[in-house]
Amino acid sequence: MIDYDYIKPTTLKEVFTLLKEYGTKATLIAGGTDVMINIRNREISPDILISLRGLNDLCCIRKNDGYHIGALATHRMVEQSDMVKIELSALHDAASQVGSVQIRNVATVGGNICNAAPSADTAGPLLALDAVVVLEGPGGRRSVPIADFFTGPSATVRKADEVLVEFHIPEKSKHFGSAYWKHARRRAMDLPLLGVAVGLALSDGEEISDARIGLTVAAPVPIRAFKAEEFLRGKRWDREVLAEAGRIACSEASPRDSLRSTAWYRRDMIEVFVPRMAALAAERIRNR
Amino acid sequence: MKRVSISFTLNGDKVTAEVPPSWTLLKTLREYFELTGAKEGCGAGECGACTVIVDGEAVNSCIYPIPEVEGKSVTTIEGVSGQDGALHHLQKAFLENNGVQCGFCTPGMIMSAKSLLDQNPAPTREEIRKSIAGNLCRCTGYVQIVESIEKAAEMIEGEK
Repeated sequence: MIDYDYIKPTTLKEVFTLLKEYGTKATLIAGGTDVMINIRNREISPDILISLRGLNDLCCIRKNDGYHIGALATHRMVEQSDMVKIELSALHDAASQVGSVQIRNVATVGGNICNAAPSADTAGPLLALDAVVVLEGPGGRRSVPIADFFTGPSATVRKADEVLVEFHIPEKSKHFGSAYWKHARRRAMDLPLLGVAVGLALSDGEEISDARIGLTVAAPVPIRAFKAEEFLRGKRWDREVLAEAGRIACSEASPRDSLRSTAWYRRDMIEVFVPRMAALAAERIRNR
Repeated sequence: MKRVSISFTLNGDKVTAEVPPSWTLLKTLREYFELTGAKEGCGAGECGACTVIVDGEAVNSCIYPIPEVEGKSVTTIEGVSGQDGALHHLQKAFLENNGVQCGFCTPGMIMSAKSLLDQNPAPTREEIRKSIAGNLCRCTGYVQIVESIEKAAEMIEGEK
């Protein structure tokens, strides 16, 4: 029988006290679109759920010394933010395609990342945007680049007594653009069989001064395609250069056969969508 | 089993539910308040049959923990019609345009559509389709459902 207690603290300090008191008997819950289903499927059976939804400070999206996406910002908030749409487009692309309106209204970006599914939609864009994960525990705060955050499927560097409080994205110039492709069979209520996010900075509209590529469902954890990024830096904009970046990114991935797709198809699609997303990011820079 | 007291606004009335904290909003609506309009389809946030509106936003009540409803305002299909029982434009439009086949998805469809029209009274067809992308109709009557929502939007526009 499903039976648990539910506490909704209003400060992080209370959360830490509760986590210390209940230890492994407690589960943190934000939007609940994963936790409630894990409970229903008997994958977890906590004695107590500690809700983070009373921590109003963590529910904001703001720009001040870069961008701050609070861990409790819902996918819907990200979808409806014009600032995110224009300046952090890849994150907007991802958040607006998660699940359905009903899911996006409650599911949080922090939850999406802490759940650490290899298919997490917001992971690729956060990698391409060079986000830093800010964790807070009883001893204080620490920052982890998102490229170092995931340690395996459903596993992260977050310690049991820590709470993910926000994502900090460094300031972007007006020559920066980004795009995310969710490769899925349906346009709603589906998980990606591959996710490709590209962030680019173009100087003079021609030279690639910076590039970041985030890939999801391409390895056991969301990954950066570091070699492809390195190859792109300093190159002139050119179709063949992009195609080569796609081939390099493909060589860095280690996709597998799964229920949703096959390894060879995922590899082929990385080659296709890295150049396409780079082109879309560039188009967004030029149209700004 | 431990019970907690949750106070919120339900279809315009102040109510208090004495239920276990592990209950969902859907279970509370159906088994405590005996409002059986919201349906349990998948129970996992996939089908949208349980859709209700919480503080203006459509949510899947089957995965919404009841303690989170404290102090909020919940609207279900039972609270959509007027005080005198007059049907809402959406209800009329669904009836007149064959938006209802077996009827199981209908309460959820109407709640998703209502949250859309409340925020955006003149949506495009694409916006309508996106708003009900999380509501499955096993009869596959989507064309009539989208048309019904378009007609409801026209009725609301005509009233102005």
